[in-house]
Amino acid sequence: MSEYLTLFTTFFKLGGFTFGGGYAMLPLIQKEIVEKHKWASEEEIMDYYAVAQCTPGVIAVNVATFVGFYRKGILGAIIATFGVIFPSLIIIMLIASLLQNFAQYPIVQHALAGIQIAVCVLVFQAIIKLAKNGIRDQFGWCVFGAVLLLSYFTSVSTVMIVVLAGISGIVMVKLRKGASA
Amino acid sequence: MSQLLLMFFEFFKVGLFAVGGGLATIPFLTELAERYHWFTIEMLSSMIAVSESTPGPIGVNMATYVGFHIGGIIGGITTTIGLVAPSVIVICIVAKILKKFKESEVIQSLFYGLRPAVAALIVTAASGIFISSLLHMDADSQNPFAYINYIAVALFVLCYLINRKYKPHPIFIICLMAVVGIVLQL
Repeated sequence: MSEYLTLFTTFFKLGGFTFGGGYAMLPLIQKEIVEKHKWASEEEIMDYYAVAQCTPGVIAVNVATFVGFYRKGILGAIIATFGVIFPSLIIIMLIASLLQNFAQYPIVQHALAGIQIAVCVLVFQAIIKLAKNGIRDQFGWCVFGAVLLLSYFTSVSTVMIVVLAGISGIVMVKLRKGASA
Repeated sequence: MSQLLLMFFEFFKVGLFAVGGGLATIPFLTELAERYHWFTIEMLSSMIAVSESTPGPIGVNMATYVGFHIGGIIGGITTTIGLVAPSVIVICIVAKILKKFKESEVIQSLFYGLRPAVAALIVTAASGIFISSLLHMDADSQNPFAYINYIAVALFVLCYLINRKYKPHPIFIICLMAVVGIVLQL
């Protein structure tokens, strides 16, 4: 029971303090899921993001479902997902019924401008951490560079990019084996 | 009742077909606005503004907002659960398969290629917020330095140093900067 409760409260926190898309949740995931609860390693989180990018749905929700499933099976997945969407349900309904022009209030805009800088700093550090763990050799840097170029300068879809990167990993390992055999 | 079922079903479809995160749901919502007249396109843009300025994944916020607008609290819960249901089903299946083949060489080498790609995709996804918060994109000048938002960059550096030295919880940094933003009228 208590583990389910911890899953719920942890993801409730993540949902309540994520400003932006799935990437903005990464620093909170590293802190809460990897460092504090040790529910997943840094590499595993990257794997979840990889799958979340090319499966349907909101990325942050997909990652929550993943962590919840590995902790406590299907019920864990449902509880973690419910935790991550719960703050949205409350906050959005409150705003929709009371403050429809919420986004136009000067105080909200000032706070958000500050929060966005915080998100930049947090995501910047999260990416450095991720790169240290996930990019281990020259091949890794090649994939990193190629994906950056593809995603900035071409219209190749994210799903396609993920598939290509996965294939390149398989081919690379095979080639190395062939060379050493 | 049939209205709620329809809403659930429509958002289930959005959740199933919008691959790549919250913003990918917007074209689907536009189409819903045209087909069912549940809300107007103009309302959609204000819903996007609210969804982006409140915590929580944007796609989830959008679904809750639209659902609440059409059918109150029950409506909001219905559309949100509809949106995430496909994720839960698909991810549980994928997670189960992955667990089974985790030690296999193919899966290992697959993720060997995927991890650097994920790091790069996160850089791309985050670059928008870096540009919008650290630069003045609306500056109209020949001088490239006019595009830099010096106050924001200074705060970024300060915040980075605090974060490195004291390693506070990310939530603390977010709250701190919200207050700084209000005090400095950013």
